[in-house]
Amino acid sequence: MKALLRRPSGAIGLVLVAVHVAIAVTAPWIVPHDARAISAALMFSPPDAAHWLGTDHLGRDILTRTMLGGRQALLVTAIATPLAVAWGGMLGMYLGLAGGQRDDVAMRLVDALLSLPWILKMLLMIVTFGAAPQVLVPVLAFFYGVPVIRIARAATQGVVARDYVLAARARGHGRFSIILREVLPNVRDALMVEGAMRWSWMLLAFSSLSFLGFGVAPPTPDWGLMIADSRSFLAIAPWAALAPVAALSSLIIGINLTADALAKALGLDRAHSAPQ
Amino acid sequence: MTVPLIDIAGLEVGFTSRDGVTLPILRGVDLRLEPGETLGLVGESGSGKSTLALAALGHLRQGLRVLAGQVRFRGQDVFALPPHRLSALRGGSLALIPQNAGQALTPTMRIGAQVAEALRLHATCAPADIPGRVVQLLARVRLPTPEAIARRFPHELSGGQQQRVAIAMALAGEPAALLLDEPTTGLDVTTQAHILELLRALAAESGTTMLYVSHDLGAVARVCDRIAVMYAGEVVQEGPATHLLRTPRHPYARALLAAIPRIAEARIPAALEGRPPMPGATGPGCAFAPRCTLAAPVCQTHRPAPAATEDGTVRCHRASETAQPLPEAQPLAATAPGEAVLSVQDLAVSYASPGPLAQLVGRPAGGVAQVADIRLEVHAGETLALVGESGSGKSSILKAIAGLLPPAAGRISLPSGPLAAAVDHRRPDEVRRIQLVFQNPDESLNPHHTIADILAQPLRLYHRLAGPALRARAAALLEEVRLGAHHLDRLPAQLSGGEKQRVAIARALAAEPALLLCDEPTSALDVSVQAAVLALLARLRRERGIAILFVAHDLAVVRAIADRVAVLYQGRLCEIGPAEAVYRRAAHPYTEALLGAVLEPEPGWQPRLLGHDMVERGPPARGCPFQNRCHRHLGPVCNEQAPPAHELPGGHVVRCHIPPA
Repeated sequence: MKALLRRPSGAIGLVLVAVHVAIAVTAPWIVPHDARAISAALMFSPPDAAHWLGTDHLGRDILTRTMLGGRQALLVTAIATPLAVAWGGMLGMYLGLAGGQRDDVAMRLVDALLSLPWILKMLLMIVTFGAAPQVLVPVLAFFYGVPVIRIARAATQGVVARDYVLAARARGHGRFSIILREVLPNVRDALMVEGAMRWSWMLLAFSSLSFLGFGVAPPTPDWGLMIADSRSFLAIAPWAALAPVAALSSLIIGINLTADALAKALGLDRAHSAPQ
Repeated sequence: MTVPLIDIAGLEVGFTSRDGVTLPILRGVDLRLEPGETLGLVGESGSGKSTLALAALGHLRQGLRVLAGQVRFRGQDVFALPPHRLSALRGGSLALIPQNAGQALTPTMRIGAQVAEALRLHATCAPADIPGRVVQLLARVRLPTPEAIARRFPHELSGGQQQRVAIAMALAGEPAALLLDEPTTGLDVTTQAHILELLRALAAESGTTMLYVSHDLGAVARVCDRIAVMYAGEVVQEGPATHLLRTPRHPYARALLAAIPRIAEARIPAALEGRPPMPGATGPGCAFAPRCTLAAPVCQTHRPAPAATEDGTVRCHRASETAQPLPEAQPLAATAPGEAVLSVQDLAVSYASPGPLAQLVGRPAGGVAQVADIRLEVHAGETLALVGESGSGKSSILKAIAGLLPPAAGRISLPSGPLAAAVDHRRPDEVRRIQLVFQNPDESLNPHHTIADILAQPLRLYHRLAGPALRARAAALLEEVRLGAHHLDRLPAQLSGGEKQRVAIARALAAEPALLLCDEPTSALDVSVQAAVLALLARLRRERGIAILFVAHDLAVVRAIADRVAVLYQGRLCEIGPAEAVYRRAAHPYTEALLGAVLEPEPGWQPRLLGHDMVERGPPARGCPFQNRCHRHLGPVCNEQAPPAHELPGGHVVRCHIPPA
């Protein structure tokens, strides 16, 4: 953690993420206006003292809606990310250790799943099961866990040939015990970085779904939805689109900076680390 | 006196740590290399010998810088040279031969093209003459059929042949000096002996100056006129090879020589306790004082200056008192072997897996098995050593016994009954009885676990220990391998190589095994540490009656510890018998060749080279496995018929067509 904060990118990234999480948690009590209050008089009013970031096409306060707009996305992805890393990581480690035909079959399935465009997979699921958060969490966790399998498997394969794994096998430890005791400590760092990256992509996917009208239903405030709504009025009220775009990008940049610094601090990013 | 070719004066090289402290790697090194001289640079890992050799080339690894002193080549300060002059110097006047020549060759280029490239860069020879010069150079390094070799790719050559090509490339620019950085480490003993003879011949023929860096005093003794011993970045003793090897004056040089096992007698050499200081951790006194048996108060407070003696220079306050014989080695105590704890019958291992079609039909894999007809027994309280060069199948046999490599045929059994092929199918008690110790403790200990965690794994698994009882047992195990309970909460990275290997042995002991399988347990360690590990294994065998199956390529190490020896070639047993008998009266031609190639750190030691080093692509389908390299080849019978087993008294078995005398 200290090593993370010592790097400028890590410090900036962590602060960005922390501010976003803090706003998302406390937003219902600190927002200046009612997020759903419509007013014809206030339509497209530019930023002023009462409405710091102006209002949208229905006269709703942009600042209020932006502060509340990340709650759904953060909640869903914050649950789905650990789930994705957990199942993808476990399966990847198992396949890396087991090898053989099981590994071959599973990895071809993974290739097949990864070859489909993500939007197609997501839409198929949403059309079938709906877009409620209790559907989105397992769906996101499932699809975003698939690439984690590859990462965990590759990291495991780097470890299984090591003598300490061989030693554990020679002692007669079970597969599960070897995964937990010998493999996981060596794969953990890669999984943490991978988790941070998955999180940012998941956020982007969630917002894209809302943007397309498949995610959060109006009138609940959501960044993707807000960007979609204000897109048509970009020429007359650019502030309406700018605020959610800035919020979403800053969060994603924050997560990516953190992941990047994490990778360097953990020494995964060999290209940039100093030679020993 | 002539101008020295290389003159290193007061050289200090160091780096700046993260905390901004300057840490020296080389400390006040003075060394002169006269034209035509061969100088050996020896020391343990971390002594700075490679750094010094590279500095002589004007090269420093990233992060290092010169703090003081200079390196002069023919009077020119190499660190003051502009980059283009420096690169002309390297390869032209000074050439480096690295340790892993196979990796230094480009895999996609033919040998001839690579040598030609070196010629174009560094030699003044007409383009039309290059092909001829390539063949000449390859012939000069004694490669058979140089024309054919020039058309091959690196992977088609053996390790020894690749090293010869590297030497040929280094010779392309007719260099004034050759720098050799561990040029034979990683090669088989017989190959190493051949390469060293080549280097000797080159030095004698053309008067090439050589700086030979190695940890192997035997190799250095064979090639070099003078030897410099390095410790903690200092040259502690330097002088003519004969004097230094016979009467070493510096206590470190003495301890180093005493720690080397000798082939003549079964003795455990004297170990050197402690470990070398980290850069910057040396106090005001002598760097060796903490490990020195002769250390006096003055050694703790004042750093000795190099003093000239009648045979070279020594950096020691007490050099005048050290001209005594070397510390005695402990004779290996004989033990009465008990019952057989493991028996292996007709074991065969094959790496060829049947193709998909053969799998469908249920046909076994074709080809010749890599390991075949292995028959041996290990008794309680005895050490059986498996010796052979790389590819002899010794590690495969160990893995098959451990259940990590399912054998293609044969039976492995404990007194309780035959064992299942795979470790997963063996009963827990059977698995517990056989424990493995690996070659490299850096690989076999998980770097993320503390020593307590590492020892806890077998204790939990086999003895269901937990809590304070587990910790107490782990501490007791550390005591047993002469480490303390204070090591429990450390990580492997905080221990030295020898300490790590002792932890690995303690982990194997935790299972209370009947048989310890040791796969080259000392070959990744420095000699000084190796002696301590050998002593530990010998003690375990004696006190606990553990049987040890010891795999090694170093015949001197095997001599120190083994009661019985099995010699393997291409996965076949050549000879098995009591160590005394095998070493005194080698009956198999391969054993003869192996023993002849051994290099002892004795002045004037002459290896007896038999046959030649060449590539073996795999065991032959018929006849004797050694038929292609044998110097006592009888004729068609060796190529056609499997050699018969001759039984000699004392359980000495030789598989050869030549009846033993």
